[in-house]
Amino acid sequence: MNITVLNEREHTTKNIILTGKIVSDLLNQLKINPEVVIVVRDNEVITEDEILHDQDKIELLSVVSGG
Amino acid sequence: MNCLHCSKNAVITLQHGGLCKNHFLNYFEQKVFHTINKYQLIRRNDKLCIATSGGKDSLTVLHLTQKYLEKNNIPTTNLFALAIDEGIADYREHTLIDLQKFCAEQNVQLKIVSFQDELGKPLDKAYPIINKDTQKKPCNVCGVWRRYLLNKHAAKMGATKVVTGHNLDDEAQVIIMNIFKANTKLAGRMGPISGIEESEHFIQRVKPLYFCAEKEVRLYALLKNFQVQFTECPYAKEGFRHHVQEMLNNFEQQYHGTKQSIINSFLELLPLAKEKEKGLLEEIKRCQHCGEAANKEVCNACLMKEMITRG
Repeated sequence: MNITVLNEREHTTKNIILTGKIVSDLLNQLKINPEVVIVVRDNEVITEDEILHDQDKIELLSVVSGG
Repeated sequence: MNCLHCSKNAVITLQHGGLCKNHFLNYFEQKVFHTINKYQLIRRNDKLCIATSGGKDSLTVLHLTQKYLEKNNIPTTNLFALAIDEGIADYREHTLIDLQKFCAEQNVQLKIVSFQDELGKPLDKAYPIINKDTQKKPCNVCGVWRRYLLNKHAAKMGATKVVTGHNLDDEAQVIIMNIFKANTKLAGRMGPISGIEESEHFIQRVKPLYFCAEKEVRLYALLKNFQVQFTECPYAKEGFRHHVQEMLNNFEQQYHGTKQSIINSFLELLPLAKEKEKGLLEEIKRCQHCGEAANKEVCNACLMKEMITRG
């Protein structure tokens, strides 16, 4: 399925062809540690076991900030 | 995943299960208030200086300290915010705008002091000069000057406590950094309340977010709609802390509860570390230049200030 990923930390938007089904599959594919992001879809925070759908737009908000 | 307490969707997965927005907000606030009460971080007559930067941690701790005072019928006029502008281009100016807006909305008095005005140069210009003589990294210079200005201005404004936004991740990182660098002397000064014992020279720093993971703080700030832009200090990746942070996050992913366990183990040992340090405390002097607390004739902040004056 096709997923659009907005990465807050990198200031990037990428289209990903996801081979898995759920949020943790996406993070795994992107090699992102779930500890360092909050995942948002349609302005709602979602957990790692949430099922993703084709054409979903996902925001990855960075947990780590500051200095 | 559903919330542990109701049928709503969870916004976070904790060790004991998921929590929805409302149950998470309640859980988080109760955890902070419990920390304040358990460690007696705030007393009724305290005048509180909230160390702020405009980031998620400081806005959260400012908001919840204010809420704690209201809940306990303590006048919120006992509280003010203090921010240090280090002079880091394309970084601090953004968070200070958020902070000014937040303080105006929450009706909190805010004072901003800068390295430029107080020490002669912004960090961006001071650090390369100091580094030439000492090889100090920007975080070393920044840390000394920030603590110096916080203590100085908090005292000037009559504060009896400085409240900081240090969270569980920050503390776990420092514990590991001190072990890796054999800085065991510093251990006794850490914990939810800083310092070995109360001192007229230093205002105690207290940490209400001590048991809150960084991810929880970010989520709280997000769900409360605090205006927090993603900002990262351009010098952060040069520091030792950055590597420890990555290492702990990798461990946490594989072994849930690692950071909490580091904190729990440390708190078991903290009374011993404090007791040991009490016997070794050296007399604190007054700096001959600025009159602030110092281990030597001249404090570290003034020594570095001299270096940039000489150029």
